[in-house]
Amino acid sequence: MSPRVGESVRRPDGLLKVHGHFPYSSDLHEEGMLWGATVRSPHPHARILSIDAAEARAMQGVHAVLTHEDVPGQMLHGLEIHDQPVLAFEHVRYWGEAVALVAADHPEQARRAAEKVRVEYQVLVPITEAEKALAPDAPRLHPGGNVTRHVKIRHGDPNARADVVVTGEYEIGMQDQAPLGPESGLAIPDGEGGVDLYIATQWLHIDQEQLASVLGLPAEKVRLTMAGIGGAFGAREDLSMQAHACLLALKTGRPVKISYSRPESFVGHVHRHPGRLTYEHGADRDGKLAYVRARILLDGGAYASSSTAVIANASCFAVGPYECSNATIDGIVVYTNNPPCGAMRGFGSVQNCYAHEAQMDKLAAALSMDPVDLRIRNAMKTGSRMITGQVIEGPAPVAELLQRVRAMPVPSIPSPHRGEGQGEGRRQVDLTSLPGGVSNTTHGEGVKRGIGFAVGFKNIGYSEGFNDYSTARVRLSVVDGNPRVEVHTAGAEVGQGLVTVQAQIAGTELGVNDVVVLNADTHVGSAGSSSASRQTYITGGAVKSASEAVCKRVLDLARSELHTERELRVENDAVRGTDGKEVVSLATLLGDAVIEETREFHPRRTHPLDPETGQSDAHMQYAFAAHRAVVDVDTELGLVKVIELATAQDVGKAINPIAVEGQLEGGAAQGLGLAVMEEIQLKDGVIRNASFTDYLLPTILDMPPVRKDILELGDPHSPYGLKGVGEPPTISSGPAIVAAIRAATGRPVTRVPVRPHDLTL
Amino acid sequence: MEFHQPGSWSEALQIKAAHPEATPIAGGTDVMVEINLDHRRPSEIIDLTRVRELTEWGMDDGMLRIGAGVTYTRLIDELGDRLPGLAIASRTVGSPQIRNRGTVGGNLGTASPAGDAHPPLLAADALVELASTSGSRRVPVREFFTGPKRSAMRGDELIAAFLIESAQGPQQFSKVGTRNAMVIAVCSFAIALDGGRRRVGTGIGSAGPTPIRATEAEEFMQGVLEDENLWDRQTEVGDSALTRFGELVALAARPIDDVRGTAAYRRHALAVLARRCFTWAWDEFRR
Amino acid sequence: MNIRCTVNGEAREARDVWAGESLLYVLRERFGLYGSKNACEQGECGSCSVYLDGALVCSCLVLGGQANGREVVTIEGLHGDKVQQAFVEAGAVQCGFCTPGLIVATHDLLRRVPHPTDAQIREALSGNICRCTGYAKIIDAVHMAAR
Repeated sequence: MSPRVGESVRRPDGLLKVHGHFPYSSDLHEEGMLWGATVRSPHPHARILSIDAAEARAMQGVHAVLTHEDVPGQMLHGLEIHDQPVLAFEHVRYWGEAVALVAADHPEQARRAAEKVRVEYQVLVPITEAEKALAPDAPRLHPGGNVTRHVKIRHGDPNARADVVVTGEYEIGMQDQAPLGPESGLAIPDGEGGVDLYIATQWLHIDQEQLASVLGLPAEKVRLTMAGIGGAFGAREDLSMQAHACLLALKTGRPVKISYSRPESFVGHVHRHPGRLTYEHGADRDGKLAYVRARILLDGGAYASSSTAVIANASCFAVGPYECSNATIDGIVVYTNNPPCGAMRGFGSVQNCYAHEAQMDKLAAALSMDPVDLRIRNAMKTGSRMITGQVIEGPAPVAELLQRVRAMPVPSIPSPHRGEGQGEGRRQVDLTSLPGGVSNTTHGEGVKRGIGFAVGFKNIGYSEGFNDYSTARVRLSVVDGNPRVEVHTAGAEVGQGLVTVQAQIAGTELGVNDVVVLNADTHVGSAGSSSASRQTYITGGAVKSASEAVCKRVLDLARSELHTERELRVENDAVRGTDGKEVVSLATLLGDAVIEETREFHPRRTHPLDPETGQSDAHMQYAFAAHRAVVDVDTELGLVKVIELATAQDVGKAINPIAVEGQLEGGAAQGLGLAVMEEIQLKDGVIRNASFTDYLLPTILDMPPVRKDILELGDPHSPYGLKGVGEPPTISSGPAIVAAIRAATGRPVTRVPVRPHDLTL
Repeated sequence: MEFHQPGSWSEALQIKAAHPEATPIAGGTDVMVEINLDHRRPSEIIDLTRVRELTEWGMDDGMLRIGAGVTYTRLIDELGDRLPGLAIASRTVGSPQIRNRGTVGGNLGTASPAGDAHPPLLAADALVELASTSGSRRVPVREFFTGPKRSAMRGDELIAAFLIESAQGPQQFSKVGTRNAMVIAVCSFAIALDGGRRRVGTGIGSAGPTPIRATEAEEFMQGVLEDENLWDRQTEVGDSALTRFGELVALAARPIDDVRGTAAYRRHALAVLARRCFTWAWDEFRR
Repeated sequence: MNIRCTVNGEAREARDVWAGESLLYVLRERFGLYGSKNACEQGECGSCSVYLDGALVCSCLVLGGQANGREVVTIEGLHGDKVQQAFVEAGAVQCGFCTPGLIVATHDLLRRVPHPTDAQIREALSGNICRCTGYAKIIDAVHMAAR
């Protein structure tokens, strides 16, 4: 049978992946291929006085050394603001910024030559704190000054007062997406001045647009084909090595592969914005929110990337999914000399969720209310008004999600006598279930349990009037006597399962059993990015639309061939009557004919935020999730073991339930990471832990089971009623964990990731 | 980069004598990271994985003599009952993949203050056997570490083995890391009780330029146990003595602030680990 | 230098190898066996897990020359194993970059412990980082393969 919407369908790329045959971007190889290496700045802020590549050029095996002087087109690129040099000229603005490139026969030759490129710098004082970038006397890092964007939301009465007021200041560390696949790709010159790039990216067409501009070529001479993507999570939205590989390939006339090492990857892509968030919540005695005032300051690092959109999200969702008639929000993102920050799963809604949820707990304590009850009292619902003035349409089951996670059974405390942990029972203690794990730090001593709740939301798809659309080409033909559907889009399969969903949608709409999803490339129109939890909605919508168009042509053909006006449908490779009986097989009906349709899918429009008030219908769809965390904390050592996460999320319609579960589990793991271990540590602009030895990711011993309650409430505006799924799990999971840590320790815990010394000293 | 692959111990020593600057490699868990991440380009490398002698262990004058090339996995499987402290520490080393490759010899060779094997070796008064073409010598592990990633080993020497007594009493090891597996120590602590000699041995990891013995803490606790005749009475050790023991362990440390933790936290955590480890070991002794 | 070893039962030779090349690099770039993955190259993620003379190791931490004369089995050599099918069925594969390493590590676990508990699975796979799945479906897959 054809793959169907609503069924747990196996991934079409699964077998290739488990056998080790799936070609990721770092696995590519071409005869005569050279290896590229990148010369990077050792300073976070400096003036480039000179670059001398003569010695490097003369080294054995070296075919090219390139600097900014070799960039034929535009020197600057960027997702929203063109402010980032392809190769640094005049200034370097962050530690690890690309300055020059080398291509050589062997990667070791390329590395050694890169070391011999002499760059003379005049070291400048770096700005490494966001607050300092705002100082009137701070050096201007970019011509427009250091404020990348200031979003103002002025909703209701700015002078509202309340019976009970709580304030707080919260700090969020810099998280890395840490996709396991390194930035990598292969550029092959076509011998006619153009280039083909095989690349792992979240958005082929925006890469193509930027590359054409940088290379000074028309778009049709820069063709991109998707290579296997080893995870993305926002890290592959910006250019990393794309332009570099193309420049080297065009210069040398040889295929060039670049594959970053893990330390290089840490400077090769943007990170989640670190931030400082200052909040004031006022409520009446019954717990109804009277007002929220907040200042959200995000450090955007050296270049804008998607900072302007991230700060909009941080601001629009600053209050959380609560009704609040008076809100004054100032969201500011600044340039500094820290590594650039941009997209990461949750996109601005993660940082503020830590703050608004901590505030809600604080408010509950001040009111002597149950924290879940307080949330439910203020919960947004269909018809509620956002602080941007937009009315929430479609399901907004915030109270229900909270009630559901609260009602789930709480894991019982495992038997080995907590707090005693000694004597005969000791050897039976399963260390893996305790904080510290097999490191044998406790047998129960000092361990206290805590439970915390959090709820969050964010927008699905692009916002603020950005033209959100995707393109799908669907082709029906007969191959070896059987009908086959080929689906072609440029949508990036980053692991989330877009290929499966496309096959399911085409299979459902066309009733054909053999559905093949072609590899993504730029020979079909843009799909937009695999981000903002949007692909199932938007590219799924495009596939649905193109499939419907093909289906219509099939049925028209059938009616005309069969000279009938009766109602027909396609099911199980045949045109059938309403009774399900076969009228004609597709193979017979089509013969040699091919039916192909290309469609763009445009969701409903959004509108820019008013620059002074932030009031606007800026968002297309909202998605909500709630989490409950149960943690054990070794209160003497400050070590945390997350015992269980429970979540409830409205997904509208689960197109592929097993993949939805995977998103809920995997997204929560990334939330856990930021809550208790993941942080890029900077000192004076230099990353001190650019490796997996010291940038810690959750292991299988850190990630607890996730109890899931998946609601399918159906959004009337979206294909099949679906909602974006990928990001909400990453938003409220971490804040729930931190709330649980507060409950276990009684400490305020205003900074993430939570460090052992924050809980003990 | 020159690669040497001696097939025997004597050949290995000859190569090392001829190339004192050569970097020995066994499990590769340190050397390969430096090579892969381009931190270092040794001019000469000596692969010790072909030297059968290094992978053997046996008894030597009442002590276990364990070849420098015995992996952590084998230590746990083959010697876990005799060396429980080292086995607990070995279980915290990296992952199964790392334990299948990594060796105590390599840990000693790198001489990192964070090496997981070091505290139990210190607590048990182990010896390191160093060899060169001119002979071999045995250095007490407490004299082996001379500075951060520096040891008493000469350029012409290789680590042949370490020698350690079978546990003479309960042993414990604890390591603080910020995740529940596969983590480099923020700080670690080992204890070994010797009921026969009435000794308390300690080792501190990752809280100073070298692994450290908490000598004063050892003497203090030995005094408490002796004065109150606890070795014989086998009753509980009082809270104030445990607290003081923890304080003395913390005082013995010389930690710094780094990416893995702060100096203040390391001292704090060591005091906790010392109290807990001693209590677990003492409870076992009393059983 | 040259490296000769047996890979997946086949005698292989790599010529003119730079002595600093890891076994992982040799497998991938010299032998074209790209199934073992290069995610961290410091033994922290397990994506490059292979068998070396029957022991589960990170191939990034084995110097190419150390594999001389040894027997290597990679993910490509486990073709058709029940663990692979289970990972697909259980939804344990998302981006899949960690998958080959996890499959080799699971294969190693199941030959030692045919019916592991959750705790045994977690300890055995603690050296394999997955960034996509949150591990739940991986545990399901191991149980499925153990049935």
